[in-house]
Amino acid sequence: MVQAAVQSANSVDQGDDKPWVGRSIERVEDAALLSGRGRFIDDLGVQPGTLHATILRSPHAHADIVSIDVEAARRLPGVAAVLTGEQIKAVTTSLVVGVKAPVECWPIAVERVRYVGEPVAVIVATDRARAEDAAELINVAYRPRAATVDPLGAIAPGAPVLHDGFPGNLASDRAFRYGDPEKAFADAPHRFSIDIRYPRNSCTPIETYGVVASHDAGEDAFEVLANFQGPFSIHTVIARALKVPGNRLRLRTPPDSGGSFGVKQGVFPYIVLIAAAARVTGRPVKWIEDRLEHLTASVSATNRATTLAAAVAADGKILALDWDQVEDCGAHLRAPEPATLYRMHGNMTGAYDIGHVRIRNRVVVTNKTPTGLNRGFGGPQVYFALERLVQRIAIGLGLDPLDVIERNLIEAGAFPYRTATGALLDSGNYQDAIARAVEQGRLAELKARRDAARAEGRLYGIGFTAVVEPSVSNMGYITTVLTAAERRKAGPKNGAQATATVGLDPVGSVTVHVASVPQGQGHRTVLSQVVADVFGLEPKDIRVNTEIDTAKDAWSIASGNYASRFAAAVAGTAKIAAERVAGRLARIAASQLNVEAADIVFARGFVTSKQNPENRIAFSRVAALSHWSPGSLPDDAGQTIRETVFWTPPELTPPGEDDRINSSLCHGFIFDFCGVEIDRITLQTRIDRYVTMHDCGTILHPGMVNGQIRGGFAQALGAALYEEYAYAEDGSFLTGTLADYLLPTTTEVPEPEIFHMETPSPFTPLGAKGVGEGNCMSTPVCLANAVADALGVADITLPLVPARLAELVRGAEPPPPADGVAAAPARESDRRLRGEGQASVRGTPEQVWVMLLDPATLQSIIPGCQRVDKITETHFRADVTLGIGPVTGRYRADVELFDLDPPRAVTLRGGATGALGFGSAEGRVTLAPDGSGGTKLTYSYDAAIGGKIASIGGRLLDGATRVIIGQFFAALARRAGGGGASGGFSLLALLAKVAGLFGGRR
Amino acid sequence: MSRFKSDARHPIHVSLNGEPVAGEAEPRTLLSDFLRHRLGATGTHVGCEHGVCGACTVVVDGMLTRSCLTLAAQVDGCEIRTVEGLAPAADRLGVLQQAFRRHHALQCGFCTAGILMSLDHYLARNPAPTEAEIRDLLSGHLCRCTGYTPIIQAALEAAAQLASSKKETSDA
Repeated sequence: MVQAAVQSANSVDQGDDKPWVGRSIERVEDAALLSGRGRFIDDLGVQPGTLHATILRSPHAHADIVSIDVEAARRLPGVAAVLTGEQIKAVTTSLVVGVKAPVECWPIAVERVRYVGEPVAVIVATDRARAEDAAELINVAYRPRAATVDPLGAIAPGAPVLHDGFPGNLASDRAFRYGDPEKAFADAPHRFSIDIRYPRNSCTPIETYGVVASHDAGEDAFEVLANFQGPFSIHTVIARALKVPGNRLRLRTPPDSGGSFGVKQGVFPYIVLIAAAARVTGRPVKWIEDRLEHLTASVSATNRATTLAAAVAADGKILALDWDQVEDCGAHLRAPEPATLYRMHGNMTGAYDIGHVRIRNRVVVTNKTPTGLNRGFGGPQVYFALERLVQRIAIGLGLDPLDVIERNLIEAGAFPYRTATGALLDSGNYQDAIARAVEQGRLAELKARRDAARAEGRLYGIGFTAVVEPSVSNMGYITTVLTAAERRKAGPKNGAQATATVGLDPVGSVTVHVASVPQGQGHRTVLSQVVADVFGLEPKDIRVNTEIDTAKDAWSIASGNYASRFAAAVAGTAKIAAERVAGRLARIAASQLNVEAADIVFARGFVTSKQNPENRIAFSRVAALSHWSPGSLPDDAGQTIRETVFWTPPELTPPGEDDRINSSLCHGFIFDFCGVEIDRITLQTRIDRYVTMHDCGTILHPGMVNGQIRGGFAQALGAALYEEYAYAEDGSFLTGTLADYLLPTTTEVPEPEIFHMETPSPFTPLGAKGVGEGNCMSTPVCLANAVADALGVADITLPLVPARLAELVRGAEPPPPADGVAAAPARESDRRLRGEGQASVRGTPEQVWVMLLDPATLQSIIPGCQRVDKITETHFRADVTLGIGPVTGRYRADVELFDLDPPRAVTLRGGATGALGFGSAEGRVTLAPDGSGGTKLTYSYDAAIGGKIASIGGRLLDGATRVIIGQFFAALARRAGGGGASGGFSLLALLAKVAGLFGGRR
Repeated sequence: MSRFKSDARHPIHVSLNGEPVAGEAEPRTLLSDFLRHRLGATGTHVGCEHGVCGACTVVVDGMLTRSCLTLAAQVDGCEIRTVEGLAPAADRLGVLQQAFRRHHALQCGFCTAGILMSLDHYLARNPAPTEAEIRDLLSGHLCRCTGYTPIIQAALEAAAQLASSKKETSDA
């Protein structure tokens, strides 16, 4: 099956006169990428003298910055600058915020931190390692505030407020009404409702963010190279923040980018930071994000709390929908948010013909990473609610879920179809697509498999989803967040300007440039096919450049790689540009061949008379004429050297007075169904079969279309089963490594059965629609519906990890029986560290007591200890550097002693902070003679930790604990003159433990 | 065992894809950074710097190695193979690389170098792998673009081709 699918995607028909579009030719991008010659941002050299930046980030979710001591960092050799919020603020202005509110949005913390990972200082040095050394020398004093991480909790009375300009943490609250929903609900015989919590996740490209920036003080102009993906509306945001007009911000992209899926839109605050650092230092500055930074603080999809109700007729026909969406955009409302919430606004009725809709949209801020673009962009959140509700309706009415889907589909003859909320669905035949999928995907047989599995007592379920996949966003949809009056004041926003340039050089070879900024999608290959067809050439004759340079290239605010706009908009624009050139070439050739222009055809490298194929001229000869002999061109031909076309579809109008918005140009259709089996013991979900039917209009390159579907499916599978950006209640970030944020691997991703039909879009030049995001919208809810069917449960929350399913099936796990450890009541969310143990050391209790309270002794035996200061007899401060897994850091610990009972017992209490985390702890140590001249130490402790160290995973902390305790004991024993340890104890244990370094458990 | 000064750079000599090369590294310099920024072999990519994603995988003295978890100082005197050494010539791809291109087994290509190194190493030792074995081998690599299936197919097809060409050679 797998073999057959892949082979059919790769079969290349070599028939000469068949168009290149529609064939799965090999990619022009691949030779370099397969041999290590890709040119990603960190592979490109930099100007000599370029400095390197690292970023010190907040360990707290919410805290005031009391002070930042950067002196020691600044003094470190090689350090050029240490920039805090104050310095950045001096050379920039706040990033614009997408709603009308008196709030500022800085790319670095100013006076207050609002999420874990928020930049606090940018350190610039001669190399990255030196910059990181300096970052460890910065002492930041924080005064923690209460944090709020739940969108509904954040708008509850009494919740901590993040921004005074967003009272009650509410950034926007809009209500919409289409048709007569109240009457529909009042009249309907049935009402069904569902509450959804859609989690946070991200498509996490394997290449992280990168920025290289320089500043010309003479012209006050910036040059930036960044693996930014667009939309280039963000260019205006960056220029404004840097306080220069757009023509003084030259933004370029590298030739290759290691995946984005929307995520690299979020590099823009770092463009501002690094450009500001270049301005302050007067030198080029480079920054490459690391993985911990990326997971913690790059960008995230929104999490959303949704209540959706439907008014339903007895036969399952949905008469009206009532949406209440609470969108969590994290700590700052960064451009283009709250776009995630409005991208789907025209599509809130999915694939269904529903005339009456009510919507309440609230946007809230919480102490989490700010959100931004992510594949699917708003679709997963909407369809999870809608398609779960459809299943609920079926169960409630005793109908088959597929019957309810089919009963509500938009009629095949109804296209173009205007949805209640304003989208103009271009084309489709949803009934036919479903019929084909049911047959080709063998639904009847799958049902028989389910019945057989259930007869054996196995947990097996089938899920369905029907999804309309919007593509080519209307730049005006985001203004739906504003009221009609506010929009009138701001001026109209709409359209989706795509651009393409086709150039002919003096030997007649063809170059194409677009502003589509691909991040792995093979745009260069597809454009070579599209343009080769127009000119009668082969793809290898066409050279395509997809780098962008805003100082020299054609671009618009809509440029970039998002909203699945390439095939539908950009490739079509390239076709138009090539056709314009071809039209002129035809006139030139007609005059040379003494025929009418209408008689000219481009084929096999020649421009030929259709009537008399012998009468022909080489393409390159005609193509070069505009360079060599413009005087010999016919008067009406014009130049053929270069043609730039801008194309925007007229269908993308601004939101109307009635708040209807055609939010996207094209609408593909997806119908998925799947069978899953859940292991009764492990509660692991296994996908038995996944069928996905796509109608994305005309297919330009079948291999790449299937690649997009498979890739989106794998990411959606991750979102459904494994991935979540998890936060503790105090805002600590818990999934900072790829060992904690689990991406699916080869052993988890099955091959979906992919089927296609093609209903060309009447609105796009090639008939193509977007295809890359659809499975991110359809697959999570399709799997959830199947799991709900298997388990017979009503409420399903992603990700479907076995522990969560266990709660559904078996109820919440009872607390473990008390094991004698004094367990202090703790917030469930904290990373708690509790333990106790014993150790034996030579020397009497009196001798050991003295050693343990002596700073010089402690300094020499605590691993990584730089110094111990005795402030008073009962108050110690220590600096300790320790590395665990990927994170090495310096901690400043402050420990006070209480209840001293020399030499028998002491209680210790203290806290520690460092760039990598913070913690607090209390412990009790007792010393007793062991009967043979030595001392038996007994200890217990209870600590809580947060910050980066809490992000890196319990298993790393556990291993590190054993090593550090062992080292301390070996040193103590040596110092005491021999002896051994039988457990783990020390002041070190407490010092370092409060620094957050000991045995963590989630 | 020689002891390096932590604040000094030390010369590191290696054989890189068969060529002797040298560069200086601090004791803390990672092999991945040494390859990329000192030796200019930027084909090896860094995705996570904690050994999970597999993008930085290279072969050191015949052993598959995460270059982000290895210090440059550890490979002094070693033979290192990277993605730059896979193609038989600058304008020609090897069997495995060609199979990747045919099957669209890469999109952005950022994780690809590590996957190629693991497969090249594995196929040399296991000429007739099953799909399950390839999936198991590659479970140590993360790819966010392809959904993996085309990679598996490319690997199986390359294995078959390599095996048949070897057979032809030995028959001759």
